[in-house]
Order: sequence, then structure tokens, then C-alpha cells
Amino acid sequence: MSRQFIKGNDAIIVGALQAGCRAYYGYPITPASEIAHAAALHFPALGGTFIQAESEIAAINMVYGTAGMGIRTMTASSSPGFSLKQEGLSYLAGAELPCVVVNVVRGGPGLGNIAPEQGDYFQVTKGGGHGNYRLIALAPNCAQEMCDLTVLGFDLADKYRNPVCLMADGFTGQMMEPVAVPAAKAVPFDHTEWCVRGDAATHKNLVSSIFLESEDLEAHNLKLDAKYKEIEKNEVRYEEYLCDDADLIIVAYGILSRIVYSTIDQARAAGKKVGLLRPITLWPYPSKIIAEYSERDVQFLSVELSTGQMVEDVKLAVEGRAPVHFYGRCGGMVPGGEELLAEYDKILEGVKS
Amino acid sequence: MKVFEKPTSFYPRFERKGGPHKETTHYCPGCGHGNVHKMIAEAMDDLGIRERTVFVSPVGCSVFGYYYFDCGNIQAAHGRAPAVATGIKRANPDSIVISYQGDGDLAAIGTAETLHAANRGENITVFFVNNAIYGMTGGQMAPTTMIGQKTATTPRGRIETEHGNPIRMAEIISTLPAAGYVERVAIGTSKHIMKARKAIRKALTNQVENRGYSFVEILSVCPTGWKMDSPDARDWLLNEMTQVFPLGVYKDDAGERENEWYRPVEPFVPEKVDAYFSAGNFEEADEPIKLDKSLQCKFAGFGGQGILTLGLFMAQVGMRGKLHASWIPSYGPEMRGGTANCSVNLSEARIGTPLVDRPNVLVVMNQPSLEAFEKDVVDGGTILIDSGIVESKPDGDRLNCILIPATKIADEVGTPKVANVVMLGALCAATGAFELDFVEETLRAVVKKRNLVDMNITALKRGYDFVRNGG
Repeated sequence: MSRQFIKGNDAIIVGALQAGCRAYYGYPITPASEIAHAAALHFPALGGTFIQAESEIAAINMVYGTAGMGIRTMTASSSPGFSLKQEGLSYLAGAELPCVVVNVVRGGPGLGNIAPEQGDYFQVTKGGGHGNYRLIALAPNCAQEMCDLTVLGFDLADKYRNPVCLMADGFTGQMMEPVAVPAAKAVPFDHTEWCVRGDAATHKNLVSSIFLESEDLEAHNLKLDAKYKEIEKNEVRYEEYLCDDADLIIVAYGILSRIVYSTIDQARAAGKKVGLLRPITLWPYPSKIIAEYSERDVQFLSVELSTGQMVEDVKLAVEGRAPVHFYGRCGGMVPGGEELLAEYDKILEGVKS
Repeated sequence: MKVFEKPTSFYPRFERKGGPHKETTHYCPGCGHGNVHKMIAEAMDDLGIRERTVFVSPVGCSVFGYYYFDCGNIQAAHGRAPAVATGIKRANPDSIVISYQGDGDLAAIGTAETLHAANRGENITVFFVNNAIYGMTGGQMAPTTMIGQKTATTPRGRIETEHGNPIRMAEIISTLPAAGYVERVAIGTSKHIMKARKAIRKALTNQVENRGYSFVEILSVCPTGWKMDSPDARDWLLNEMTQVFPLGVYKDDAGERENEWYRPVEPFVPEKVDAYFSAGNFEEADEPIKLDKSLQCKFAGFGGQGILTLGLFMAQVGMRGKLHASWIPSYGPEMRGGTANCSVNLSEARIGTPLVDRPNVLVVMNQPSLEAFEKDVVDGGTILIDSGIVESKPDGDRLNCILIPATKIADEVGTPKVANVVMLGALCAATGAFELDFVEETLRAVVKKRNLVDMNITALKRGYDFVRNGG
């Protein structure tokens, strides 16, 4: 196997081009700009399109245009820029257009800072734009996954005709790790039936999210809802480590799952039965496996770089069958292993409830 | 008779339109949109571009453009049509893309998209229907509403000092060098219609011939929004609006531009992408390197000393040795205080956190870094110090301290820039984790400036020898 040593942000662009993405539209924002830098270098070199748009809003609408042609396309930004893209995301979801949108989450609210955070969880998973829609949300925790989940993102986007959000953070973007570049494969989807390419085969097609008649719009929403249920059924992804016999299951994603992973063996060495459950898809959420574990004598701890967002999904999955705790840091503060181990102790010793 | 036939670029019946009346448009009586639509459809017929055309419907009264045009249709968010059009045209430069927009859409909420698409010289055609009012939402003030004109949101008339002035988009866009053709026409008398028809045809022809961005502003009427009957509306258009929005050609450079604004793209060829990226692949060792223990390293110094590169070299050595490896630069609060630093993990097992907060190897190249990170090093850990720069000595009882005059050695080698590689050599000797030859081969593979390779190798060996020979 041959690998390269690259940054997570660069790995996204490698994955995108390997997946057949042909157009990147972006706007500079820290800490996501490196994705645009890599795109500016590599897309034109491979006969693709790169445009630095006049705004985040323009960028997501350029994505809308290219996605409407059934061609793989993407944009990337960070929290404040991702907020600006919400209008476009709602239209993309409404018109059922496939694309990948990266959010390298930084500290908020408002201008916040450029440090890593996970405070956009609600926005990404619950829909930051208007209307009944869902984004498929993927949470990589290493450079390899920045690449692989980008490829997966394009496949899921095409399969379900739905925008996909890759929710990363400053750490996963900045860190360099070995990445085995997946082989490029022809795109296994043909969108001739619905897309608008500016050719004879598609000239009768319409890409739109407007349904003037209430009956029609309800039917459209129900169709989307059925699709979302299908996604919930088929596409949940997670990773677990030593959960089977755990007294305490830590739920964490993204960079924090790496920090937690490091603590599990340490806790076990001290005789504490702690496990890690890492959601890879934030939507659809791995509720089922959490619900299954909650049937036994166990406690949960959601660890986040936020003041408590994903913990609500853990609670929804547990439905009161087990205690659910929360520990979070934010604003760019990141808990170290010792800090987390102390939290586990508090819970296991019954100090924290 | 031919003149009464519908253009074939219109659907014969408007089946996408709700309700029973599939032959008539949804527009109000006297509305100008129907006229403009017809002129566009006729031009599409004449140019034979119906099947290549993608019509971008805006938000506003013409949101339902797709009821009528028998071509590819895509509906855009309010004001975003030029961005959507850009995404279409760039992905398929052989498509013919029409961005059809009203005044609120183009000149208020979508001003940025409008100007920047023009400024990039997108090879698209923008038809701007200016009727001085928001029609669809119920007759509010538009950016082009006239001074004194009463609307739902200017019940006392538009007042300059309160609402600003009607904005002249044709004039503004004509200042942009990349815009090829800009003209303002009107629907009014048959003479006006003739001119409008010509302008519309020209704007589309420009695109077919890849002459770049064309913009046609069409002054139009909204009898419903203006609360006038059709003849009065037409008179007001011709007598009042044309005073503020003079008709004419504002710019026409398109004639000299044939095929200059065609932006070719290539389809996805998996083999080509594979070949492109595989150039960056690393040749790795046959057998994985064995480590006595995982290395959790921190590298710290001034910015400009190549400290981050030092960490990167170390990580690449590990990766080439088939180890799990991670490198991450300092990020967040620890960036303050005069140290640039990075964390490197090398391990036979999967790496958890890439952040090293308790290093077992610390490399420091300035005083603040020693003060910041010495206490974090685990008991019995190794600390390597550039003794030519760092003045104080760490706790030798607790830590394995190695002092190397790295910058001085680097000077002797030829440039202080390779002090980081002197430290790398010292690190290899101190940890015993890697064979010198292996590190040398790695450096030869990763040092980007070929003319510096030999100097780097010398620096590496000098650092290695310094530690091996006991300083």
C-alpha cells in the first residue's frame, strides 16, 4: 500500500477529485481556507473548475448550479461561512441536488474565534436552513477519513440526491497523517432523468424546489421524509471500542473521539470499565446502538467541544433508561486525557450525577 | 400565418402551470414579462439553441419561467441566479445559460452576484426586466422605483433623502471591463419592441459565439403594481422611466471577442486523477520499524527556525518506517508566548489523540519553549536543547538532557537554516529508534529544494555524530 503524508484539509480535496468532483466553489475563511488553496491548485490541473466566489452565498449557489447538472461539486467553509450557506442548503435539499459541503467548525457564536469547536452540531444535524430537510452529516476524526468520508459523501449525495455535510474541526483539518489515496472510479450514477445539462437529453427537465399548491408541497415533503427514513435505516455509521462490558460509555466524535480513545486503555488499566462509542454519521445518528446499550446497567457521558448539543441526541436514544452525563469545553479549549479521566472517575464514583 | 405561431422554444401547452388554463400565462393583463419571454423564445428558435439552453428562473413574478420555455430549467434562490448560472456555464461551457431577473432580484438582494458574474465575464446572458416595483410580493419599492413613485412601502412616494435613488444597473455594469455587451431597451411602441428584439438576439448570439458576458436591461410595465391601466402604464414607461433610465447601448466590446471567453473543462478520467495524485505517494520500508515504546514528541522554538518542518521530517521518517504517525501544529491558546510548536506521535499501534500534552521527547530551540514545556515532559523523558540559543539547563535528575549547539553546527555546515536537521540527527541518535541511513534516505525523498539535500544530509550526520560521540 502506498500512502502520502498530508493535511486533513488537503485530504478532502484529494478525496473529492478521486471521487470525480469537477467543480469547487469557495470563499476564504480560517480555518477552512487551505481546502480552497488545495482546490485552486488541483482542480484546474485536472481540467476541473475552481472559482473563488464573491461570497459564501454565491459559492453555495454556484454549487447549486453545477449540482443541478448532475455533476459532482463541492464547497467548504467554517462556521460563520457555513451559516451564510444555509439558504443554499435548504434549496439544495428542496430541489434534491447532490453535493458535498465541508464545515471546518470553529469557535462561535458570532465571529467567535478560529480555534476548533463543535458548536455547530445543532446547525449541521438539525437543519440550519428553513423547511423540513436533513443533511447527511459525516464526522471524520483523522486525515484518512477526511479523504474517505469525502468520497463516501459524494456517493451518498448521489445515491439519495441530497446534500452531505462533512463536519470537521480545526484539528482534523490541520493535522498531517498518512493517507492511502483510494483509487479513482467512474461515478456509478446517471442523473439524466432529472438533471439539467444544457443538452437534448435533459432539456425537458426541471430543477426546482417550488411547489405552489399545498397538496403538491405536502407530497414533496412526505417524499423527502420517506427518503430520510430510508437513510436512517441504511446509512448509520459508528465505531465502538470496548463498549460490550463497559460501565461507562463515552460518546464522542471528531477530534475528541481521538482524545477519548487515548483515555480508554488508561482507564481500563486502572480497572475502570470504560468504552468509546464514536458516531461517524452525526445524521443519521447511531441511536439504535445507544438504545441497545442503555438496556443494561450502564451510564453514558457525551464529551463535546460545545456546551452540550449532541448530548440531546444521546438522551433521545436512551429515553431515560440510563443516566446520561455531559462534559464539554469550548471556545478552543480542548480537554486533555487527565481532565477526562477525572470526569470518568466522578461519574463512576457517583460524585457527578 | 406565421406571426401568430408560438415559438417552438415555448411549450405548446403550459402543462406545468396549475389550474385549468394551460394556454395562457400566469402573468397579469398588460404585464411586460409575456412580451419579453416571447422575444427570448423567438431568438432561441432562430439561433437553434433550444436544447442547449438552460433558463434560470429567479424569485419574483418570473419564477415560473419554466412553465413556458421548452428548454432545461432551473429555479434559483432570490438574487442568486447569476451564481447559479455561473455554476451551470462553468460545468458545461457548451450550454447556453440565461439568467432572467427582475429588479428586486438583480439590483437589491442579488447585487453582489450580479456585479461579480459580470466582473468575471461569465459567458452568460442576463435579461434584466426593470419595472420599477416588486410585483410578486405585492407592489413594494424596488431599487429601481422612481422618485415620487408610490408603492406599498413608499406610501408617500419614494423620497431621495429617505430611500435613496433608483439604481442604474446598465450604467454600473458597463464600467466593468469584463462585461462585453450592455444595453438598455424598453417595451413600448413597436419601434421599441424591434430594438429590444434585436438586443435580446445579440446578447444570445454573443454567448453562442463565446464573446462573454451580455446584459440587456428591459424597461417594462407592471400595470397591476403601478395601479394603472395598460395605455397609462405604457405612457409612464416611455415618458417618465426613460428619463431616469436612458435607453441605448452602454457598452459593446463583444464584437472583438469571438471565442475568447470559452472556458473549457475536461470530464472526469479516473486514470488521469490516479496518475496525478500517485506522484505524491511515498515509498515505504519493506519491514515496519520496531519501537521500544511509542514516541510522543513535542518540537518547539521560534517561528522561522524550521521547527514545524523538523517535526514533519520526524513524522515522515516514522511513516516511511510503516509506523502510525501524526503531526499537528500548535493551535489555540498554546500558540501564545513566543513558541511555534508541533506535536508528533509515532507508534506501532493506532494513535489516539494527535495532541501531545505529556511528551516523552521534547526538542526545544528557544528559551520560552523550555520554560513552557519542560514541566510537561514525563519523568525519564528525553529533552534535546539547542545549547547555543537556550541559556538555562533543565532538571537533569528527572530528565535525560542532551545539549547540542545545533545552530552553531549548522553555521559550520553552511546555513543556520539546517539547525533543525542537526536536531533531527541528534534526536535519532538519542532515541535510537531509527537507523541513520534510513533517516538519510527519507530526507532525500522529502526535502523539496533539491539543491539543499546534500547540506541537509551533512547537517543530519553532524547532529547524529555529536550525540553518538558524547558531544
